Amino acid sequence: MDLALTILVEGLGYASYLFIVSLGLTIIFGVLKILNVAHGAFYAWGAYACAFLIGEFSTMGVSDLGTMVAIPIAALAVGLVLGSAIERTIIRNLYGRDEVIIVLATFGLFLVLEDVILLVFGVDPYFAFQPTLAIPGVQIGGIYQDGYKLTMIALSLAIGLVSWFVLNRTHWGKLVSAIIFDSDLAVAMGVNVRRVFYVVFVVGAVLGALGGAYIAPTISVSPGFGVEVIVLSFAVVVIGGMGSIGGAAIGALLVGLLRAYAVLQWPEIELFVVYAVMAAVLIFRPEGLFAPAKARKI
Amino acid sequence: MDRTVIGLTVGFALVALLGVFVLPDWLMSQILIAFSRALAVLGLLVLWRTGLISFGHALYFGLGAYTVAMLGKDLGITEVLITLPAAGLVAALVGFALGFIIRKYREIFFAMLNLAFSMVLFGILVKTEALGSTDGFSVEQPTLFGIGTDDSTTKLTALFLGICVIGWLAAIFVHRYLRSILGNLTTAVRDNEIRVEYLGYSVAEAIHGKYVMSAALAGLAGGFMALALGQVDPESMVNWTVSGELVFVTVLAGPGSVAAPFIGSLVFELLRTYAFELVPYAWQLIVGGTLLAVIFFLPGGLWSVISKLGGRSRPSDPPANREEAGR
Repeated sequence: MDLALTILVEGLGYASYLFIVSLGLTIIFGVLKILNVAHGAFYAWGAYACAFLIGEFSTMGVSDLGTMVAIPIAALAVGLVLGSAIERTIIRNLYGRDEVIIVLATFGLFLVLEDVILLVFGVDPYFAFQPTLAIPGVQIGGIYQDGYKLTMIALSLAIGLVSWFVLNRTHWGKLVSAIIFDSDLAVAMGVNVRRVFYVVFVVGAVLGALGGAYIAPTISVSPGFGVEVIVLSFAVVVIGGMGSIGGAAIGALLVGLLRAYAVLQWPEIELFVVYAVMAAVLIFRPEGLFAPAKARKI
Repeated sequence: MDRTVIGLTVGFALVALLGVFVLPDWLMSQILIAFSRALAVLGLLVLWRTGLISFGHALYFGLGAYTVAMLGKDLGITEVLITLPAAGLVAALVGFALGFIIRKYREIFFAMLNLAFSMVLFGILVKTEALGSTDGFSVEQPTLFGIGTDDSTTKLTALFLGICVIGWLAAIFVHRYLRSILGNLTTAVRDNEIRVEYLGYSVAEAIHGKYVMSAALAGLAGGFMALALGQVDPESMVNWTVSGELVFVTVLAGPGSVAAPFIGSLVFELLRTYAFELVPYAWQLIVGGTLLAVIFFLPGGLWSVISKLGGRSRPSDPPANREEAGR
């Protein structure tokens, strides 16, 4: 029982940060039809910016709880500045090119951004644990649970609900749905597709950076840690169905719980269980478990 | 004899002669590594002309490398005339089996499914203590006709000549294949699968064949790489970054000719070495920047520059991508 609970909480914690990152990836894919490898760089930039800011705030004498302000600041700054800059210079010029060529371009972009991090922040790891000290732990079923992890679960739930609301209940959401369904038809109906592309890309970048910024206090932020998360969030997105928010949630839950189970119970399979599931999903449901309905083109 | 075959023969003979008599050892080993990788790129080129790109050919690359290394370690077989064909064969067999699944997929799904399979192998190898886990293990001294040598220069020269011969044979083989009826289906499948089916050919089988060929070439490449480096480990043989490198070189080289992978791969290797020496913390920046520059300014890859310099237009070559075909 205790074990099941531990796996559940561990898995949910892991799933919630994966969900935030994957959500950004999946909306960018759904709308722009771009599989953005550089998403891993947004994540890494968010984590570095956050860790750096927390360090600065802390030396300025801000309380441990107060340093948490760094998380939204870092996510917004990285997402807005870096996301805008990249959309305006690189992504914008790729629309209409071969899907695979676009993936390669974002791969090149990822390599560049990874090294710019090293040039800006140096090669030494950053530790920014202050926020984790600020939030007290909770006893659940006799097991001590890390409070910070629980706030992460709450945050991802909130983000999931907000994005569902925006997509299904607002004018902007309808525009986005129309473009996902058929972007040519949306253009014909007078939707400014370029502008929606831009906004969605920046929102996706903010989400990627937010995932990194939120996880930063719990890990040592060091070079090259954005690499793993790309492949993992790809797996999440593929399992759930590319372009589907519900799919990203299910995919993240599946991957998070599987990882937690593997780490605690069966470490030999830890590294590949996720990809085995991804391969199985692709074989039996190539569109993913929760793929958005596809327009039938005549 | 057509011009490509003559060109390849002269080119490889020239590189081999230069290598043995003129070039310094460090450059020879760079060419050895570059040409080993080029064998795998040759396979990806066939797929790319079909409109498919695999982000998981490190699977076959790694299988080839580990086959060579394990034959030496576990069975004591170091004869390259056995280990290298075995590397290609193991990769081809796995490619044949997985091909039944993979041939149904196109575009991004094709790329990602390959990635998933390669990451499964990566995960298994990292967790297998008997194979050295993340550290890998070293490759036994290779022998040819039972003769091995401890002298590093002799060994390098032998391997160098070996890769020149195998690279030459592989390039001519792929070139001949692309000129055959089955090979000509490559471009046809990319352009319109339904028409190919109406012509009476099976698209699935055509893709399956190309897939097995690319797997075998990647396996052979991995086997050679294991011999060249003298060491196998998951990170440098099977991780997704290896697949990324292979695709990178394919794009850098361009799909114009079977000679392009060898030139592109050498440029990549030199670029990486020099970038690493010049700016140790920013070599990825240079490599990534180059990839972006090629995609934006040189969609036909390095080969398009070479063929322009050569001043000949070759209408028989397919355009670099669909845009140039005037979509």
